[in-house]
Amino acid sequence: MKNLKITFVFILLIVMASCSDDFVDVSPNNENSEDFFNSEEDYQNALIAAYDLLQSTYLNVMLGEIASDNTLAGGENPNDVPGIQEIDDMIHTPINEQLRSIWSWMYAGVNRANYILEFQNKTDFEGKEGVLAQARFLRAYYYFELVKWFGDIPFAVDTRLQFGDQFEIPRTAKETVYEQIELDLIYAADNLPYVQQETGRVTKGAAQALLGKVYLYQDKFAESANVLEDLINNGPYDLLTDYSTMFENDNENNIESVFEVQYTDLEGAGFGCLQCSEGNVAVGFNGIRSYNGPVFESGFSFNVPTQEVVNAFEPGDMRLETAILDIEAWAEQTGATFSTGNEHTGYYNRKYIARQGDLNTGDANLTNPNNYRAIRFADVLLMAAEALNRGGLNDMQAQMYLNRVRERAFGNTNNNITATGTALTNAIYRERRVELVGEGHHFFDLVRTGRAAQEINGFQSGKHELFPIPLVEIQLAGNQWQQNPGY
Amino acid sequence: MYSKVLTFLLILCSTTIYAQNVNVTGTVTEATSGQPLPGVNVLIKNTSRGASTDFDGNFSLTDVPLNSVLVFSYLGYQSKEVTVVNNQPLNVVLDEDSQSLDEVVVIGYCTQKKKEITGAVSVVSSETIEDLKPTRIEQALQGQVAGVNIVSNSGSPGAAATISIRGVSSNGDTRPLILVDGTVVEDLSVINPNDIESVNVLKDATAGIYGVRAANGVILITTKTGRKSMPITVEYNGYAGFQETTRKLPLLNATEYALLLNEAYAANGDPSPFPDVSGLGQGTDWQDEVFETAPIVSNAITIKGGGEKSTYAYSGSFLTQDGIVGGNKSNFSRFTHRLAYGLDFLENFNLNSGITWTTTSRRQLPENGIGSVLFNAINMAPTFGVNDAATGLGFEIVNPRRQIDNTFDRFLVDKFNGNINLSYKFLEHFTAQASYQFNYAEVDRTLFSPQIDYGIQGTVDKVFDLDRSQVLETRDFFRDYTFDAFIKYERLFNDTHNVNVLLGTSVFKSTGNNTGFVGFGIPGNSIANASIEQASSVQNIFPFDTTFDARLLSYFARVQYDYKGKYLLSAVIRRDGSSNFGPENKFGYFPSGSVGWIVSEESFFKSEFVNFLKLRGSYGILGNDRIGAFRFVSVLDGEGVYVFDDNLQFGTTPGAISNPEIKWERQKTLDIGLDMRFWDNRLDLTLDYYNKRTEDLLVSPPVSGILGASGPGSSSPFINAGIVENKGFELSLGFTERFNENTRLSIKYNVATVDNNVVSVSASGDFIPGGQFGVGQLEPARMEAGQPIGYFRGFRTAGIFQNQAQIDSSPVLNDNTLPGDLIFVDINGDGIINDDDRTYIGDPIPDATMGLNISFDYKNFDFGAYAFASVGNDIVRNYERNLPNANRTTYFLDRWRGEGTSNSFPRVTTGATNNTLFSDFYVEDGSFIRLQNVQLGYSFSSEILERWGLQKLRIYVSASNLFTLTEYSGFDPTASTGQPIGGGIDYGFYPTPRTYLLGMNLKL
Repeated sequence: MKNLKITFVFILLIVMASCSDDFVDVSPNNENSEDFFNSEEDYQNALIAAYDLLQSTYLNVMLGEIASDNTLAGGENPNDVPGIQEIDDMIHTPINEQLRSIWSWMYAGVNRANYILEFQNKTDFEGKEGVLAQARFLRAYYYFELVKWFGDIPFAVDTRLQFGDQFEIPRTAKETVYEQIELDLIYAADNLPYVQQETGRVTKGAAQALLGKVYLYQDKFAESANVLEDLINNGPYDLLTDYSTMFENDNENNIESVFEVQYTDLEGAGFGCLQCSEGNVAVGFNGIRSYNGPVFESGFSFNVPTQEVVNAFEPGDMRLETAILDIEAWAEQTGATFSTGNEHTGYYNRKYIARQGDLNTGDANLTNPNNYRAIRFADVLLMAAEALNRGGLNDMQAQMYLNRVRERAFGNTNNNITATGTALTNAIYRERRVELVGEGHHFFDLVRTGRAAQEINGFQSGKHELFPIPLVEIQLAGNQWQQNPGY
Repeated sequence: MYSKVLTFLLILCSTTIYAQNVNVTGTVTEATSGQPLPGVNVLIKNTSRGASTDFDGNFSLTDVPLNSVLVFSYLGYQSKEVTVVNNQPLNVVLDEDSQSLDEVVVIGYCTQKKKEITGAVSVVSSETIEDLKPTRIEQALQGQVAGVNIVSNSGSPGAAATISIRGVSSNGDTRPLILVDGTVVEDLSVINPNDIESVNVLKDATAGIYGVRAANGVILITTKTGRKSMPITVEYNGYAGFQETTRKLPLLNATEYALLLNEAYAANGDPSPFPDVSGLGQGTDWQDEVFETAPIVSNAITIKGGGEKSTYAYSGSFLTQDGIVGGNKSNFSRFTHRLAYGLDFLENFNLNSGITWTTTSRRQLPENGIGSVLFNAINMAPTFGVNDAATGLGFEIVNPRRQIDNTFDRFLVDKFNGNINLSYKFLEHFTAQASYQFNYAEVDRTLFSPQIDYGIQGTVDKVFDLDRSQVLETRDFFRDYTFDAFIKYERLFNDTHNVNVLLGTSVFKSTGNNTGFVGFGIPGNSIANASIEQASSVQNIFPFDTTFDARLLSYFARVQYDYKGKYLLSAVIRRDGSSNFGPENKFGYFPSGSVGWIVSEESFFKSEFVNFLKLRGSYGILGNDRIGAFRFVSVLDGEGVYVFDDNLQFGTTPGAISNPEIKWERQKTLDIGLDMRFWDNRLDLTLDYYNKRTEDLLVSPPVSGILGASGPGSSSPFINAGIVENKGFELSLGFTERFNENTRLSIKYNVATVDNNVVSVSASGDFIPGGQFGVGQLEPARMEAGQPIGYFRGFRTAGIFQNQAQIDSSPVLNDNTLPGDLIFVDINGDGIINDDDRTYIGDPIPDATMGLNISFDYKNFDFGAYAFASVGNDIVRNYERNLPNANRTTYFLDRWRGEGTSNSFPRVTTGATNNTLFSDFYVEDGSFIRLQNVQLGYSFSSEILERWGLQKLRIYVSASNLFTLTEYSGFDPTASTGQPIGGGIDYGFYPTPRTYLLGMNLKL
């Protein structure tokens, strides 16, 4: 009898063990991305994540400078980050780690913005337009970077690209992408205030400035001038009186800052995920090699200005000492020491090199808190001037905007430009170069105005206007995309 | 006593009736000591009737037919058959034999005689483990089992090792399934090697009975326990000794260093950093400063025994070991406690249970990478003194002694695991069994980083200097359980057809979570205050839920059949479900089968020389689901952090890219083997050919960037893509000879080959890069179709450019090429040197690995030696920092210094050079032979033992890792991270120490 009971218990145990197949249906602890967007908070949180990739544009800024004739790659030795060295020498190929990073990081941003817009109709709340406007600005910002670098690109609107889509999606003509960018920025400008409660948020001004810039890149001068002048006249921005304080840590989000990428030293970062850093990675890369002395801190000596860009400053231009650090002179003056890296020119990009006074959260080279002044009011003035001049709309007004910038640079009106026509155009180009040196704009300015071939050694017309789509990206999308010409 | 013995009789059936029956009694003793053997199984052949011997080795059986055969068997002894001719007491002597064919081997929910096994199974016995004195059990497997490769990830105390069985078949998880008494164990460091009775390794498709997770092979560990009717025994095993480094690299002294630097600076047109080298002398030998002789002590006690219906065992151990780098700053200490208990509730109803508690503490220094202590010791300039205020080398290299002093990194692990197992026999041929196993672990880490300035005051060396102190505290929890239940049917029909059927089910659930905080600003910058509570500001490093929940559900059936023990057949089918896959793909069916033929049992087989011959073969499909949870669904666990109002704001975003289609990886394994014994069983041989083809490889390859996989907190999806093949031969040879009563010799040799080939990686014929070389360079290793997994890809060199004319007539990479530089070969012959000319320049997978064991006993002395060899594996030399002021090895003394001075070692310069690019100049042959262990022991004779009241006393001296023959110029040719892609790269490997021990084994 006893045995029978035990037999029974055993059979029971085994039956219990043979539980149903449901046992392996487990729901994840973290929410399924398809079931999100049920409250305003959900939208706000997704929006923060869409902003995140702005921080990874440090690389776009660095390379936008290095690719131009403003700076050399530098680094420790000629093989230190080969992708950067090759772009500097205009010998880059479709195999380039950094181009792949730009490609991938900007698409990560696009996807995060599109994630919000894919679900834009799911839940209503007051002020949703403001959230959607920010998301659309961010999508435009990332797409604009992609179009600048790669031309025609795979293109998705209001939907995420999910696994499998990469084999289906074609490259869309950049004109179509630009159309959407314009629509997004117009919507953003219409639905955002000039002043946001939190610093760092996208504003109406940022949307207008970027829209003006996007028009300018397409030679749509009238539209560009129109939106930029609206911003100049109605926006809350002005030139900072003292240019020398512009790039210091304690002068972030100042009156001249139309759009600024926010960085902080509050969180650590590592080389394994540079795009994860909350700090400005470029600042550590640009820093002075083995530096020991006041004011600055050491870095990896990338992105070193050339003698030529130093010579581009006119005598009396006060911007030079803010923009360029003559390290030899500085060392002599202060007793600082440093060592020389690859392609040492004696100059550093003083706007964005590491400074003392931050928390040096590890890895300290990757967590510099210096914000990137993405669109400055000076840039807006110069863009407006260019649009007015090149569009044949109003050279006098163009002169006026240009001279506003120059008057601050020289501290007087003696250096004001009175030229018109092409001479004025060239003056505006020169001004853009020195005003914005070190800020990542020059290469694209040269390309969009057709001057790259004459200014950049090794630049081949018909090829180097665009960067190659990374070969591995073409392969990973099933070899359906044509490479850009010349590569 | 007689009545007690009766209760041991396992009389389950008695179907045959004989005319003449007698009662048989007798005593069983051990051959060498003459001691009685309790617990010996006595069985009347071809029946289920039998008995066990009692404390004094006595047994008795009633009603035994005359002329029937009694089979005496006991684990670790040769079985003996005795024919009953009368009722006189029998005196049976059993010989010890660890290589017995009758040895039972655990093969999956049951045991089987080694003779009858049809799969590729290898056994490591407790003697081997006792001889080797491993601090971790992996060390005892290296070179002992053909086809099992152990790569130590570091020589530091407590460091893990990577086990791979029959090659590397995936770029993901290559760990085999490890079961300790049926409990799945992920971390072998928690097991006291002293507790281990035997280790069985299932290498082929017969592992399929374990189904899911068995694709990388199965390691079954059985721990020691008591036996029924066994008097209490107490064993003590202890040793103490010291460890030292096996090698120091030949580095330049201060004067040589200064002269070399002057030359390098001059080559770039820079002024000499050391205009006057007189008086520099030898300078500081940084290796002497960091290496030390470190102690190791181990004590272990085992108490075991058994009553009439019960068995019990307790063991406890304590091991403490300092590191040869950093001494107690890399100390590893481990306490283990283990309790095992077995009870027969009824004759046919038994319980087995065990519980283990392990506490380990491990201190760690930075190792195996740029910035590690040894890396700094190699690269630090000898011109600095140990106590110099300015002890940084300007950039990224610091005084390694100060680095040791300022490192405070400790892991504390508490781990419980236990199992309870009930088994019930019913209806003559049936057994039902249910078991429950669990693991619980807590892993705590405290890493305190004091505020520190390694350089001149005010210099910011951002890599090592820290402006504010910080403490990292993490705590990880792991819990899992497994519940198995099965029914077995065993029956022998007509003495010829032996059938064994198993039906079972298994469920597994694993959960856990991670917590962690970083605190900044520790009061007093002191380790005493290093806790989150005292930090001035605190950050949560896991702001979202980290809980995981992974489950498996399996059903399995196995049929084993043999005809007269000659023809053997086994077939398994398993249905496994895993929570890692989506609704469509959760379940997979995995069949396997094996056949065997014991040729030597055939009547036509007549050989004086060959005593045993078995042919066997197996084929099966095994599944693998090790990809982590929820990769089939897109969940919001990505990282989306931005800054508003100068504060961090944490957003929400999808994490890893999901692939709803992801499904089981399938491994198709073929094994053909041969087992032989010849020359009166002196010589045994096992030969296997295997071919493992892994399809639908679970890989997380680079995917198109447009999917957003490189966004923070995201990653590539897992996809089923690629095929990897491993094939090779395994041969084990054993020779044992007992020359006379005093002299015994045993030699064992094994060799395994592996030919690894990646057949395809993904649909687009892509590759997966890995590893790191130098700073900012392309990944040096790849998984790519047509090559071994993780092969090294770089430039091939053809000597040194001797003059400018030679350069002018050759394709070169760029203008930086000067006389004295390496010549890169234009592989594709297109007249230019570029990335396309990078090619295969080596791989870390050895072509063959070998082990040799020799043991020799003479009278009371025993001697053992064990060597291990690896042939054909390459290593990348990556411990030299390419900075102008870094120190160099003396190999640089043979550098190129002008035309004709060297055609192998390039010039030195601080200027632009391509010589630092990854090329075969940095790849070396890592083949080696290592004398892993030598041991000499003395066992006291029985007269002395009797006088002292002891059963056994043995003292021994042992030396591990005594010497290594290799051409490799780094610390240790075993250097590897163990990664499938990126392994075999030496980042300044913490060498495996040489250890000298004095120890004793005592038994009461």
